[in-house]
Parts: sequence; structure tokens; C-alpha cells
Amino acid sequence: MILRNIDRAGWVFLGMVITAGILIPVLNLAVPPGSFLHVPDYLVPLLGKYLCFALLAISIDLIWGYAGILSLGHGAFFALGGYAMGMYLMRQIGTRGVYADPILPDFMVFLNYKELPWFWHGFDMFWFAAIWVLLAPGLLAFVFGWLAFRSRVTGVYLSIITQAMTFALMLAFFRNDMGLGGNNGFTDFKDILGFNIQAAETRGVLFFLSAMALAGGYLMCRLIVTSKLGKVLVAVRDAESRTRFIGYRVEYYKLFVFTLSAMIAGIAGALYVPQVGIINPSEFAPANSIEMVIWVAVGGRGTLVGAALGALVVNAGKTWFTGALPELWLFALGGLFVFVTLFLPKGILGTLGTGWDKLHRGSPKKESAPAVAVPDAAE
Amino acid sequence: MRNTISTMARSASALAAAAIVAGGISSASAEETIKVGVLHSLSGTMAISETTLKDTVLFMIDEQNKKGGVLGKKLEAVVVDPASNWPLFAEKAKELIAQEKVAVVFGCWTSVSRKSVLPVFKELNSILFYPVQYEGEESERNVFYTGAAPNQQAIPAVDYLAKEEGVERWVLAGTDYVYPQTTNKILQAYLKSKGVAEEDIMINYTPFGHSDWQTIVSDIKKFGSAGKKTAVVSTINGDANVPFYKELANQGIKATDIPVVAFSVGEEELAGIDTANLVGHLAAWNYFQSVEDPANAEFIKKWKEFTKNDKRVTNDPMEATVIGFNAWVKAVEKAGTVDVDKVIDTLPGIEVANLTGGTSKVLPNHHITKPVLIGEIKDDGQFDVVWKTDGLVPGDAWTDFLEGSKDLESDWVDLKCGNYNTKTKKCGADS
Amino acid sequence: MGFAFFRRLALTLLLALTVFAIQFPARADAVDDALALFTTDSFNDTTKAIDGLVASGHANTLPILRALADGKLLYDPGSKAVFYKDDAGALLNARTATPSSADASLLKAVRLNNRLRRAVEAARGGLALLAPEPERRRTAAEAVFKSRDANALPTLDAAIGKETDARAKAAMELARAAIVVTFPGASEQDRLAAVNTIAARGDGDAAALLRSLPADLPESVKAAAADAVDGIEARLAVWAALQNILYGVSLGSVLLLAAVGLAITFGQMGVINMAHGEMVMIGAYTTFVVQDVIRNNAPWLFDYSLFMAIPLAFLVAAAVGIAIERSVIRFLYGRPLETLLATWGISLILIQSVRSIFGPTNREVGTPSWMAGSLDLGGLSLTYNRVAIIVFAALVFVALLLVLKKTALGLQVRAVTQNRRMAAAMGIRTDWIDAMTFGLGSGVAGMAGVALSQIDNVSPNLGQGYIIDSFMVVVFGGVGNLWGTLVGAMTLGIANKFLEPYAGAVLGKILLLIAIILFIQKRPRGLFALKGRAVEA
Repeated sequence: MILRNIDRAGWVFLGMVITAGILIPVLNLAVPPGSFLHVPDYLVPLLGKYLCFALLAISIDLIWGYAGILSLGHGAFFALGGYAMGMYLMRQIGTRGVYADPILPDFMVFLNYKELPWFWHGFDMFWFAAIWVLLAPGLLAFVFGWLAFRSRVTGVYLSIITQAMTFALMLAFFRNDMGLGGNNGFTDFKDILGFNIQAAETRGVLFFLSAMALAGGYLMCRLIVTSKLGKVLVAVRDAESRTRFIGYRVEYYKLFVFTLSAMIAGIAGALYVPQVGIINPSEFAPANSIEMVIWVAVGGRGTLVGAALGALVVNAGKTWFTGALPELWLFALGGLFVFVTLFLPKGILGTLGTGWDKLHRGSPKKESAPAVAVPDAAE
Repeated sequence: MRNTISTMARSASALAAAAIVAGGISSASAEETIKVGVLHSLSGTMAISETTLKDTVLFMIDEQNKKGGVLGKKLEAVVVDPASNWPLFAEKAKELIAQEKVAVVFGCWTSVSRKSVLPVFKELNSILFYPVQYEGEESERNVFYTGAAPNQQAIPAVDYLAKEEGVERWVLAGTDYVYPQTTNKILQAYLKSKGVAEEDIMINYTPFGHSDWQTIVSDIKKFGSAGKKTAVVSTINGDANVPFYKELANQGIKATDIPVVAFSVGEEELAGIDTANLVGHLAAWNYFQSVEDPANAEFIKKWKEFTKNDKRVTNDPMEATVIGFNAWVKAVEKAGTVDVDKVIDTLPGIEVANLTGGTSKVLPNHHITKPVLIGEIKDDGQFDVVWKTDGLVPGDAWTDFLEGSKDLESDWVDLKCGNYNTKTKKCGADS
Repeated sequence: MGFAFFRRLALTLLLALTVFAIQFPARADAVDDALALFTTDSFNDTTKAIDGLVASGHANTLPILRALADGKLLYDPGSKAVFYKDDAGALLNARTATPSSADASLLKAVRLNNRLRRAVEAARGGLALLAPEPERRRTAAEAVFKSRDANALPTLDAAIGKETDARAKAAMELARAAIVVTFPGASEQDRLAAVNTIAARGDGDAAALLRSLPADLPESVKAAAADAVDGIEARLAVWAALQNILYGVSLGSVLLLAAVGLAITFGQMGVINMAHGEMVMIGAYTTFVVQDVIRNNAPWLFDYSLFMAIPLAFLVAAAVGIAIERSVIRFLYGRPLETLLATWGISLILIQSVRSIFGPTNREVGTPSWMAGSLDLGGLSLTYNRVAIIVFAALVFVALLLVLKKTALGLQVRAVTQNRRMAAAMGIRTDWIDAMTFGLGSGVAGMAGVALSQIDNVSPNLGQGYIIDSFMVVVFGGVGNLWGTLVGAMTLGIANKFLEPYAGAVLGKILLLIAIILFIQKRPRGLFALKGRAVEA
């Protein structure tokens, strides 16, 4: 039943993600460093980071590509998930901090905190943090979405207030008085569930989990967009008023996917933090959220697989450009965005898909590229 | 790198792009060189300050290569752009160390970028020279701090104001991040220990890039009109300084009324301001371009030649970079190798000439000795040194004015510990 | 104590002598001793030198002090001779006031620090009280009011007796009161009268002076001073509230300037122009270039540099805007969210271009002399550059309204906004109008850059700081309505300034953002929403 809903691109994608998820840690751990097949240590968390971004991109594509909700604040959900995980990791440091305080993280000691702020309690337990990884972004998205969709805030207005939301959160998290590490955020993590976070094995497992999360996230989103619910979402995207007049409670549909998308973003954030080793308020920066939307656009909006592909391409490009062309890389990145919007309006995958269809006429896979001829509902 | 690419080619083709990335960076070099990593932001918000330091490292490498390099090998700079993005700092640090195999890294400006790369340097065991004044409260085996610790900048500046200007009332204004927060906590404790009353201290924090200073400057004006001599101790960060000083000048606050002493404003920052109205405001640093010293004159001349810009200024973090670079070269030559562990062990005790006529020494706590200078802004954007410590001040990683850190001590030579607790006689939490 | 008093008295007498008896031959050795102290490069010696010079009654004291304050007092480290430069730049011997042929390149300037600057100001204040120009006498009196230098009292008394200019006289009486209130040996009546004189001044400086009176004064004087302080503070509190509104208006006009261009490109055309901030930045850099050219070629024009920069910034930013519209945005009409992506890319390219051309550091944009200082009205004070920005914002806004409402271009712009096809059918060249509209919005942003260069960093990141605020203003006010942008900017500006004292700058801003989010729930299309069918189209 589930399997029927996956198209060819989806199969290829799932196959690759799962293969990579297993193969890369194995090639890193089991193959000796000198060998031809060895994956260097530093590459594993880097690729793991890309996978987290890919999952995040899929969560954005779910709401933007299929429900027409352009969130310019998805970085906030990602960062909240990351912060929940970060709080757990900070509590795990224990006496290994520079001040050797068994309870208080270092930044609290030098800012003269006498005791742990109330909202830090419970984060020493993994299950508690794991719940908040979902709950924090989920609750925020639910409240925000409930307010916004109920009063029918749409289009650019919605985009701008999501931007206001993440901007406000960034300012708030920058404040040292928040008790969340201020500008420095959380770093220097030691353990996760008792395993050394810098050990190659832990990183391999984290990579595997990221790959599985990406595959799982994709499957779930794919299931939603091919179900009846998905059809309603596309209807909302293409003609919100008409859908409402037919009798659908548009706001509930939107609220559901928006909250779900925020929770997926939260999971991506939680997996991201132990692999990059830092979470701080700059993740909330509106520019970051805009960039995330751009990944989706580059890969191909409304294709899910394309979104993931876009995240990989843009971030790999960024890694490469910042090393190879440190003085000029912004030209390259900026040029890429302009090029894609002008010449590949359906994104990389959308364009490839059209080319493929032309080659193999007679396979009118409509779902694979619904971004075609979308009268933009967000206008 | 070839093995990387072939490995990746076998795995998912969706990830192929990433693999090319990994492979593409490695630059094949025919003759053997020693690679030096440069990890300064060239884009984003910090580019404004950090680009100069990248140029400084390139300049020093150029100079060193003219002298024949180090250990008979030429130095080769590997420049990357962490783009003022803190997670990217960690990623780029990994790239420099694990992939480029650099012998040493010069980099970082903000505390958060340093905190972000710390675990990487510890894990992969490399050396970072950090050239910026910072809040202290840190001493790591893999890091050498050539900028000022709080006792090499903040406390002497406050002493100067109290003694020379008779200041009794203090405004501690800063950007809301960890350096100002910690520095102000230290100063607050210090001032109170000197008998300054609670109501004579006003603390104010603003966000990064704050540009509307009308209210705060008029508050400062009001606070300063209580009859006691008032001064502002500013830990306001880079970008926000220009509008702050512009507002001060416009509201007619002169240095003779309420002097402002800044810890993050140097020649580079002043280059963007018309300083005619700021004459007399102060800055505390360990170096000023205007210091009269033959070594400094020589350095400035060569720097201008290197940058082909007669108006390029020099500043304190540049001097810190120079000291760090020279100390590293000296240590490598003494150790006869670029091996990280040997160089780390050799560095403490190394002495190199600084640009203010003294000799800075690398201490066992991985900080260095520096003179403290107080300068007044002149109308040409330079500073006039009005006060100088008699000797050099050793950098103190753990301040004595904070509850958590007064018992801590750092010594990487004998104790082999960055946070030795003198009370419990333990290194950190080790038993 | 007693000794100090006598020393002071002696100094005072000498000072009086200086002033009254210019002919009186100054003791040669005292002058030489004083001048010699200038050459030791020690701040303490310089202090002594100033005192000694004033005490010596040397005829040349005032020009020397003026030169010292301006950094034009020079000495020869070798021969220990002291020189100064007059306004014309000629080198004079300090001892004899005769032109000197010494090699200026070998001379070093006598250095000053803040303490010395205050000492020089006080000494000059005492001496300049009898200057021929009333304005200089008044500023001298102000300086004495600040320094409260008891040495100046006899001169002050003499000056008050001769003073004819009302403002100068009032300033002198205030200065006298400031000295008398703490002068040793002054009677209680004198002190009380002095407190009243000071209280009448009624500003923060007066309150500061009265608050800082020493504790050993008679009770009656202290009580009077306390009452006066209370009175002044109550009055100042009212002014403070008004002042806050004024600050709000000033911040609002900055927001208005930054957002009004966006109100056109985004509001009229529906282009989510993320490169809007960079247009502002281009305007600011244009100002820098204009000033740079003027500085190098025609420094006397500097005060007019901004007037030249405004049209140029408009043209440059408009040209860049039109280029962007023609090369990228025109292919994206009807796909507004894709304009977001493309313009974001453009903004990255523009930032990096400026960084490559002008370097990553701040560039200096000077303030013309007519914009320095502040406008004081009662207890209100607003700096001239803020006043200029408020006026400029108002002018830009009115001009824009006129363009849109009264010109053929404006009519066509509105027609295209409301119904593109119908407008095309009526013979309007919609293509051309699109380019012009985008150029207009970008040009206005460029002009905003000229204004912002006066209060903010001129760096490649300048625009990034304003883009979010600009979008907030436009969306809050209502897309497509210029009046909405005005009201939105002012509301946000004033609300921000009212929250700031209570919540702090950061929390204030957060609260405001939350307020905007909630407000949009109430009015999903902003304050002044467009009504009718066009909205849903």
C-alpha cells in the first residue's frame, strides 16, 4: 500500500539514501585508513550534516510545494529541535566542564548562576529531551499556525510574519539572560547516551540515523502527499477560497501539515547538533531560513526528492566554494540562485523530470512534477 | 584524495556532489611546503574585521618565505572562508586540519567561533593562534591566546580613568554577548572591591548591530549629570560603534565631559568615522599604530607596501597575529619540527619582540605578556598614547574577580592542566 | 587648606593682573620656566606649565593656550624652544610672538589628555571673559560654569560689571552663581541667591550641579538646593516623555526612508525584493564616492556634498534597479516568490561586488558642519542630523506621493498595478512602466542610503540590517499603500522608543515583533488594506 505510492525518482532516492546510510559508516569503520575504499573521518559528520539539511528541505517542501505555505522561518523549528538536543548534551558534560560543576553548564558558572533555571530540569534524561525535540517546534508551529491560518493570513503576509517570528526568537536567544548560552550557544559536547560524541563509531551511528530519518521523513511526506489529504492540500495551494467553498476546513489541513513539518524540522535539528558540535542563535537568522527555501527551489519545488537534492547540491557547493574560492564564492552562490530561477524554474529535478518524460513519452507521471503551471496561491 | 573520490563514486550518486567537494579542495603541490591554515571570515558580518587578519597572515608568510621559509621549507597559506557562520567554522577547521594537513591555524575573531572550533582542535590535535582580546575563562592545550585577557586591557583602563580622570561613576555599555557580559561582570566586581557604590554603576546591553542610540546616549548623558565625574566603559562590538560614536558626537558629549574608553575600537574601526568630534575618547589596547618604535615603523612601512595601499592602518589584533606567527616560527625552529605536540611543548617560554619595543613571552597558561597602553583618539583617526604600564603584564586566563574562576589556575608546563583548582588540588574534575 | 587658599588668591590676583594690565611687564624668568615645562612631554609638567603661564601674565598667554587646545603648540626637542602656529598657519615663537624660521618638521606638538584639555578650557574661559566678541564671552562663561574655577571669580565680577550683551551677562551670572555657591567664605544669602540663579537655568546641568553640592554647606542652602532639584526633575520628566516621542519620530523617519522604496517595488509591483537593502547600501556608497571626490578636488564644497549625493544616489541606485529589472525580474512576473530567490542571489552578488571594490571595512562618510550639533527647544533636544533626516523623509514621502498621484507616470503605474491587461489594452507600455517603477523604488532606496550614511556604518552589510524592518513596516502598514507605510513606520518607531526604557533595546524589539505578528492576525492585510476584487486577483 505504502510502496505503491512511490514513484521512480522516489525509489532511486530511497535506495541511495539507505545504501549511503549503511555503506558510508561501514567504509569508514571497517576499511583501514590507508585503503582505497576508506571514507575519511571528517567526511562522515559533514555528509551527516547534509542529510539533516535534506530532511529539513523535505519538511519545507511538504508545506510550500504541496500546501502553498511559504515559511521564511523554518530555521526556527530546526533550531528549536537543535536546542532541545543541545540542552541534553550540555547536561551530559557534567563535571567535565572547565569549572567542574556537576550541575551547571560552564556559561552559567561564569555568569554567576546559583542554580539551574527551571526549564533546564529534566534535560539530563534523553527521553525527556527527545520529547521536547518534537514538542518545542510542534507547539510553536501549532500556536503560530492556529492563529495565522484561522485568521486567514496567507501569501506574503504569512511569509513575513514567519520571518518576524524567527527574527524575534533569534533576538531572544541572543540574550544571555535567557539562560541558553546567549551568542555562544552550546558547544564542546562530550557524550550522547554514554557514547563519546567524537568517536568514529558514534558518528557512524549518527550518520546512519540521519539517513534513516531522511528516508523515513521522505516516506511519511510521500504518503501524505499521495493520500486524499495530499489532494486537498494541493487544492488549497492552487485555489484556497474554492476549496473552502467546497466545504473543507482549510485551516485544519494547513495546521496539520504545518505542525508536522515543524516537527520534522525539529528532528533534523536534533540530529544536526551532535554532528556539527554547536548550536547557537545564528541558526535562527532570517537569512538562514531564506537559504533553506532556496535549497527547495533549486532542487525543484513540489517534488520532495528534489528538495533533498537541492539541499545537498547547494550545501556541497557551499563547502566547496568557501574552500576553493574564498573571496569569490558569494558570486558563485548568488549566480546559482539567479540562474536556477531564470533557467530552471522547476528546479533541477523538475527540469530533469520534464526531459525524462520527453524521452519516454507515455508515462505521464503527473505527481512527480506538480510544480508545473502552479498559479501561485501565495500571491 | 583520489581514494575519497573513488569511494564516493561507488556510493549513492546523489552524494557525488559532496564527494567532488571533498576531492576538489586538495591542491597538489610539487615542492614540499609547510601549510599554514587561515581561518578568518571573508564574508558576512565579521568580514569587516577579519579580512585584515587574513591579509596579515599572508603578509607574514610572504616575509618569512623571503627569509627562506621555516626549516628550509617554504610556507604555504591555505585560506578558507568560514563566512561568519559558526558551525561552518568547525567544518572549515576540520577541512584545514584533516584534509589539508596544515601545521598550524591562525584564525577566529569572535568568542563563539573559537568555542565552535575548540572541540575540533582538541580532537584532531592541532594548534590555533587566537589573536583577539577576549573574556578569558579558558585555557586549552591546543590554543594560544595572543590577544589580551581581561587583566591586560579592561582593568588597567579602569584604573587609569579612576586615577587620571578622577572618575567615580561608571557606565558599562556593551553588546549582549559573552565577552562584554563577562568583562562587565569582572569590572563590576573589581569596581565594587575599590569601593564604588552599586548606584554609581550603570550596565547596559544592546543587540548586535544596534543602530539607534538616541535613547541610550541620552540616558548616559543623564546618568553622567549626577555631579560625579562619569565615564563610559564600552565593550560595544564592531558594527554598532560607528552609530554610537556618531550619536555621542551629535548629542554634544565631549571627551572632556564624559570620556568613553573602548576595548573593541581600534584604528581599523575609526577609519570609518569622522573623528574630529571624538578627540579625547579613549581606547585600551596592547598596541597602537602610533607607537614610536623602529620595529613598528618598519612593520607599518612593509605592510603598506604589501597591501599597496598607503592608507592601510595597523591595529592591535594584527600585532597579536604577528606575535603569534613569530612565536610559532621560533618554536618550530627550536623544536626542529612542525610536529604539533613538540611545538606545543616548546612554545611556552618562547620570547619574541612585539611592536611596541618590548619582548612578549609565551606563558605556561598559553597566554602572553603584553604592555597595556591607553590611547586617546586624535582627529586623524590615530591614537595618542597617554599612558603605558611600566612593564609587561602577564595574561591571566582565570580572573580573580569571579566566584567560579578565582581558584582556577592554568599551567600546561608543570601541571599539564588548563583548569587546575588550587583548592581541591585537582585538574578539573579529575580525581 | 589655608595655604591653598592663599595660593589661589595669589593666582587670582595674578590672573586679574594679566587681564587688566596687558602692558604690565611679565616676569621673564617665570615665563621661561613655564614654557620650558611644555617641552618635557609629561602631562604633569604641562599642567604646571599652564598654571605658570597664566600666573606669569605673559601677553601672549591666550594665543598660546588656544594653540595648545588645537594641538598647534610645538616645541623643539633639541633646543627646548616653544613655538605655535597661528590661524594662518605661520610659525611664531611663543616667547616673543614673532615669526620664526625654525624647521617645522623637526618640531613636536605638545600632547594633551582629557584632564589637560579641561585645564586649558578653564584657563581660557577665565581669560576670554573679556574678549571683544559677545559670543566668545558667552562661551567663556559657559566654560567657567562647567569648570567652576574659583580663580575666575574676580575676572567674572569685573566682566559682569562691564557686560552689555544680555545673553552673555546671563551666562556670566550663572557662572558666578556656580562658583559662589561653594566659594569658601561666601555668605548664606549669597549662596541662596546663587542656588536660585542656578535653579532658574532649569536643565540637567543645573540639577547636576545642585545635586553635587558638598555636604558642609548650611542646612538652608542644602534644602533650597534639594527643592530646586525636585522642581527641575519634575519638569524634566515631562520633557522626557515628549523627548521620547521625538526620538520615536526620528527612528520612524529612518524606518520610513528605508521602507518607502520597498513600498513601491513590493507594494505596487508585488516583487519581493530582497536586494532592496543593497540599493540603500549603494546609495550610501555613492555618498562616500561623492565625498571622496570632493575631499580630493574641491574641499570647500564639502558642506554641500550631501546635496550632490542625493540626486546621484537616486540615479545610480535607479540605474542598478532598472538593470536588475530588465535582466532578471521581468522574466519572473506572476511568480512573486521566485523573485524572492532571484533577488536574494542578486543581493549576495551586490554585497560581494561592493566588498571587492571598496574593501570589507567601513568607509568614512563625513557629516557636513551644518548637521553637527543639536537643536534645543525647551527641554527637548534633537541632533541636527536627526532633524535633517526627519525633514528629508517627509520631503521624499511627499515627492513620492506627488509622483504617484499627480504625474502621468504615476497614473500609469497605478493603472498597471490595478489591472495589467486593461492597462496594456489602453496603450500603456507595461514593460516600460515596470522598469520605471522598479527604478523609482530603487532610486528612493538609494536616497535613503544618503541619509543612513549619516547615522550608520557604510559597509557592505549596511542593507542587511534594514531589510527585515522594512518588510515589517510595509506589511504592518498594508501592502500597496504609501500612507500605510508612513503610519506603519511612525507607529513602529514610537512604540519602539516607548518600550526601550522599560524593556531594554532587545526585549523591546522582541515585544514589538510579537505585537506585529498578533496584529497581522487581527488585520491579515495590514493597517490600510486594499479593498475590493483587486486584492484577491
